[in-house]
Amino acid sequence: MGLDKLNQLYRAVILDHASNPHHHYVVPDATNEKTLHNTTCGDTINLSLRLDSNGTITDIGFTGEGCTISQASASMLTDVMLGKSRDEGLAIAKIFSDLAIGKEHSAKEVKLLGDAQVLTEIMEFPARIKCATLAWWAFQRALSDEPREEN
Amino acid sequence: MPNLEQLRQDFPELHQSMNDERLAYLDNAATSLKPVAVIKRLTTFYQHENANVHRGTYQLSFNATKQYERAREIICHFISARDSHEIVFTRGTTEGLNLVASTYGEQNIQPGDEIVITIAEHHSNLIPWQQLALRKRAILKYINLTSNGEVDLDDAKRKITAKTKIVAVTHVSNVLGNVSPVKELAELAHKNGAIIVVDGAQAVCHIPVDVQALGADFYAFSGHKMLGPTGIGVLYGKKVLLEQMSPYQFGGEMIEDVQLENSEWAQVPQKFEAGTPNIAGAVGLATAVEYLERLGMEKVQARDEELMAYLLPRLVSTSGVKVYGSTDPKQHIGVISFNINALHPHDVATALDMEGVAVRAGHHCAEPLVHSLGVNSTVRASLAFYNNFADCDQLIKAIEETKEFFNGGAR
Repeated sequence: MGLDKLNQLYRAVILDHASNPHHHYVVPDATNEKTLHNTTCGDTINLSLRLDSNGTITDIGFTGEGCTISQASASMLTDVMLGKSRDEGLAIAKIFSDLAIGKEHSAKEVKLLGDAQVLTEIMEFPARIKCATLAWWAFQRALSDEPREEN
Repeated sequence: MPNLEQLRQDFPELHQSMNDERLAYLDNAATSLKPVAVIKRLTTFYQHENANVHRGTYQLSFNATKQYERAREIICHFISARDSHEIVFTRGTTEGLNLVASTYGEQNIQPGDEIVITIAEHHSNLIPWQQLALRKRAILKYINLTSNGEVDLDDAKRKITAKTKIVAVTHVSNVLGNVSPVKELAELAHKNGAIIVVDGAQAVCHIPVDVQALGADFYAFSGHKMLGPTGIGVLYGKKVLLEQMSPYQFGGEMIEDVQLENSEWAQVPQKFEAGTPNIAGAVGLATAVEYLERLGMEKVQARDEELMAYLLPRLVSTSGVKVYGSTDPKQHIGVISFNINALHPHDVATALDMEGVAVRAGHHCAEPLVHSLGVNSTVRASLAFYNNFADCDQLIKAIEETKEFFNGGAR
């Protein structure tokens, strides 16, 4: 098998996103943010976003340390979520999280993931599922945890 | 020692392919493989000898008790303890260290007292002390490492003072593989009226351990890292200390006499073994120890050193590879941590896995140490005496291919 199988995991689009991540910043005046740790490697993802009064995501960004998979996944997430409503965003994140735990979704739903569709192949590498899902969990938690308190 | 190929036949798990490649198991610091003798001993025990210990009035139970207590004797001899009553069976190193913190620590630490550990500790020899210090409003101090990753004895002399009550240190680092100067630290601790607790998880399967010569007051280790089953471990404690300590858990097996209002505790070590113990685990661990003793720990150590002397220079001279800790193979007891250029250790570990090489990637439950190396995580390859040069070559080759795949590591 060898490294040929790696090509499946590290598609060009993943390597592109990882080396030139999109929206790699902390959103100024963020309304929501969440930092999550991957305890197996000590990696960190911070996700921040701004919701306007209509509940639309008008800016989203991420920072943190991580492997190719986690960085690419976060980058892809920001592309997908920008401009979506809070509820649309959460629905899409749920599709991704579901796929990570082996639940099935229709092809039409999976298409909503944009570039991140390619990450669904990660299920063949169980040890790396957490790397791929960390940003999506952070997104869900950023929107569903208690609102951020100013301090 | 029998020839290596013969010896490798004792470990069935070695002889399989992983991702269609020959398996090179280099994660021995996480858990060792099990020889047939241990696997068979567990089966035989459960098939023919299983009964509860210490209470039964029938022959089967009496025999099970005999096997369980015999295991204690064998382990006592293996680590050169004075008395088998100093051997407490636990679930593993973590439980042993928590036991000491929750009993001896709870009883003896006062506000303002100092607990001294090193920055190299595994979380299991860090968090119990950190939490004890928080509960008692005591002070937790860290001994630093030299640039080589060794425990800085000068710093130890500054940190261990008359206020110190407990010194806790790993015998062998699970990240860098170097040996701590336990004897010197024990002398320092004792001179200041403190006790020393040693985490032996990474030492017992690689080097001969003599708890009395080390001057250890407590010494904890796990069975599964030394060819034994999971879920069984050992806490050695000096009898005079164990006797002063209150029980860790309450229940059956650990009492002498129970009244409605009060109870009397059993003698050590039963005082610390509440509930039905892991009988088969203890018996299996004894078989693992007998296996190691048959090989001879000096020979096991020599074999480890031979492998390390082969692998370390090859890794160090592989372009793009940064090895952490000493460049002296003798300061890498079974363990090498490294990174490849800017590649993330998780990406590296997945790539190596595709080549059949099993390694660990992450902070190895030693975040303060890994951060002190200036990184978030490392790749760790860890050897056992049943590894061979082919395993080492396979790792080096897989590293070359990994670099190529990721374009030399420029992510």
